[in-house]
Amino acid sequence: MNVGLEHYLTVSAMLFCLGLLGVILRRNVLVIYMSLELMLNAANLALVAFSRFNDNLTGQTMVFFIITVAAAEVAVGLALIVALYRKRQSAHVEDLTSLKL
Amino acid sequence: MILPDALFYLFAFLTLLFGALVVANPFSRNPVTSAMFLVLTICAMAGLFVLLNAFFLAAVQILVYAGAVMVLFLFVIMLLDLKEEQRRKINLFGIVTGSGAVLGLGFLLTRTIWGGDFSQTATPKVIGDTKALGLELFTKGQFLLPFEIVSVLLLVAMVGVILLSKKELK
Repeated sequence: MNVGLEHYLTVSAMLFCLGLLGVILRRNVLVIYMSLELMLNAANLALVAFSRFNDNLTGQTMVFFIITVAAAEVAVGLALIVALYRKRQSAHVEDLTSLKL
Repeated sequence: MILPDALFYLFAFLTLLFGALVVANPFSRNPVTSAMFLVLTICAMAGLFVLLNAFFLAAVQILVYAGAVMVLFLFVIMLLDLKEEQRRKINLFGIVTGSGAVLGLGFLLTRTIWGGDFSQTATPKVIGDTKALGLELFTKGQFLLPFEIVSVLLLVAMVGVILLSKKELK
């Protein structure tokens, strides 16, 4: 069977699920952030696959913008994590529960 | 058409394997290991992009993600000086319900993908090289405003990061 759109979308869905599993199961803020990047990349893969199999470059332009926004997002998020670590001396989500009622 | 298919399966397997090692590594719980496997995941995914004829995006993926973003991650890991994550009391209920929910989502997505009827051309011709993508971005006019907004967003992010990383956060 020839590799088609479905194959790429399946890889993308599995990668997204892996990232979601990391966000739910891991307790280190940095590893959770890396899992988020994984999920973002899975979405990128789906967009590129759609763009390729529909003969339309718009999807790839979208991915170009997503990569730019993701770079800005990583910079801000990591700065937040560093500021949080300075205050609490911990990068463990169970130590960061001051919003919990 | 046998080599591209074999390469697809190779890169897909590598992407998923390294992705799994980012999330749960049986040998090490060190964040540096996760970061290194994330680099490998991104490189394998760039291989998939090449197979999809998205050459420019494959290069950008390696330059921006595997280069810039991961260096940022490693700098922060170094800065925080994280010890090997010590084992804490594992919340079994959380693990079971979390994995169950994710498995359900994965089942749903796969079922939708294989049961759906996507419009797709049998012989795709689109080539995502630098020239084609540049023409798409700059000549048609529909992406000029988003492009400028993204450049302002990068500036805003830079100012925000400088403000956040000041010593005394008010």
